[in-house]
Amino acid sequence: MPVPVPGFPEAAMIACLFFVFLVPLAAAGISLINAGLGRSRSAGHMMMAAISSLSVAAVVYFICGFAWQGFIGRPGHVLALSGKSWNWIAAEPFFFRGMAFDGSPASLAALLQIFCVGLAALIPLGSGADRWRLRASCASAAILAGWTYPLFAHWVWGGGWLAQLGANYGLGRGFIDPGGSSTIHVVGGLSALAVTWILGPRRGKYSPDGMAPAIPGHNGVLVLFGCLLALLGWFGLNSAGAILFTGSAPAQTILIAINTMLQAAAGSLTAAVITGIRFGKPDASLSANGWVGGLVASSATCAFVVPAEAIVIGSIAGALVTFSVEWFELRLEVDDPGGAVSVHAVGGIWGILAVGLFARFHGPILNVAGNSLPVTGGGAPGQWLAQLVGVATLLGFVLPLTYGLNWALNRICPFRVAIEGERQGMDLYELGAGAYPEFVTHTEDFIPR
Amino acid sequence: MKFVGFLLLLAGWLLVLAAIVLLASAPSRAVFVLAGVAVEALGLTFVIRSHLILREDKR
Repeated sequence: MPVPVPGFPEAAMIACLFFVFLVPLAAAGISLINAGLGRSRSAGHMMMAAISSLSVAAVVYFICGFAWQGFIGRPGHVLALSGKSWNWIAAEPFFFRGMAFDGSPASLAALLQIFCVGLAALIPLGSGADRWRLRASCASAAILAGWTYPLFAHWVWGGGWLAQLGANYGLGRGFIDPGGSSTIHVVGGLSALAVTWILGPRRGKYSPDGMAPAIPGHNGVLVLFGCLLALLGWFGLNSAGAILFTGSAPAQTILIAINTMLQAAAGSLTAAVITGIRFGKPDASLSANGWVGGLVASSATCAFVVPAEAIVIGSIAGALVTFSVEWFELRLEVDDPGGAVSVHAVGGIWGILAVGLFARFHGPILNVAGNSLPVTGGGAPGQWLAQLVGVATLLGFVLPLTYGLNWALNRICPFRVAIEGERQGMDLYELGAGAYPEFVTHTEDFIPR
Repeated sequence: MKFVGFLLLLAGWLLVLAAIVLLASAPSRAVFVLAGVAVEALGLTFVIRSHLILREDKR
């Protein structure tokens, strides 16, 4: 049965709208990070792919994505299992038909989601850098925005079965993730892993004896500026998500912003310290990855932990991301130039589990019909199990689904660019112009006259 | 091997779902959910191993 949504005060609506408008900055930040961590000869292509993926994701989400995702209290397809209702997919009309754009929670959610789905579609671009064809990345973004993302997001944010684990089976407050650690980042990160497996590594990344020479990113300034932009975007994402999907009061966004900042800071500092100890100097790109890893983990936890716990969660996220980047690259031979799998999938999974370990709830949780659950002001028994079920769903359902869909798509529209394209660079090969034309070396300038 | 790995991932998830629906007591439910996650870990190991074998063959 659809869950009735409580009234939404005007102050919450205005605050939410302000926060939603910050979210595109997260997309700008992730795009710059992806571009900076790739090669200079593919930088323009990466930014073009980011714009194209955002556009495709927005259009496809408008056509059918929101129809599958829906919102709390709106129509859905429900299965009855052992007397409990399992809301597994929304039953909204396509093309936003029937939606009143009047500041209602559903309309605000639609606005937020059109940005969030684009953000999720950007994540795999980082792992497919320097070899993923533009049209294939757009087609993959369409699949993500039209099916994978809306389905899982309905389960978490649309009053679906994961959100109702608390109300139906007594597992805490149900699966909790206000800012999208799971829906945006793990879904995007697992898609990145599938894309990386399908594409294979860049030419020259692994030598015949299995060694992996480093291919450093071409512009550290872009990467670090992207981190700062992403922080602003995350303030919006976490705050708007908490107001819309867990019923947080606008005043609570102060704590959310503090925790978001602290988790990013702790993640980055931990990565800098670890790389400083191991390599003698802090590594800028891994510190940037630690920063974003902390942000990703903050999306699930920021509304329900105190600042000291936020620092612990962010530090663990930074350490996990640092070691995971190396592990994927050297041990598993996953060539992921942007570190998307480590930052978004590993960081996101840690954030989800951290809710089960650290979260305290001081009020009802909107998306699990929590108004009927007691407000204890503390942790909820069984919350860790609800979070673990969410992680199991991501690994056991979303990963095979996204791999299968991208594998089938690769058969129709080959993902990998031709050898000539990799040698020449994606900018010249696919776009016909480089991002930095004045950087071309003119050998005749060096000939003595 | 990769196909088997993905099947194991799916089987682990179905085990988790079955534990939630069929079991009532909290400890047994937790044990079976953890067992489902362990099956998923096995499936993930298979998928990763198959990817590595494919890479070695290409070399």
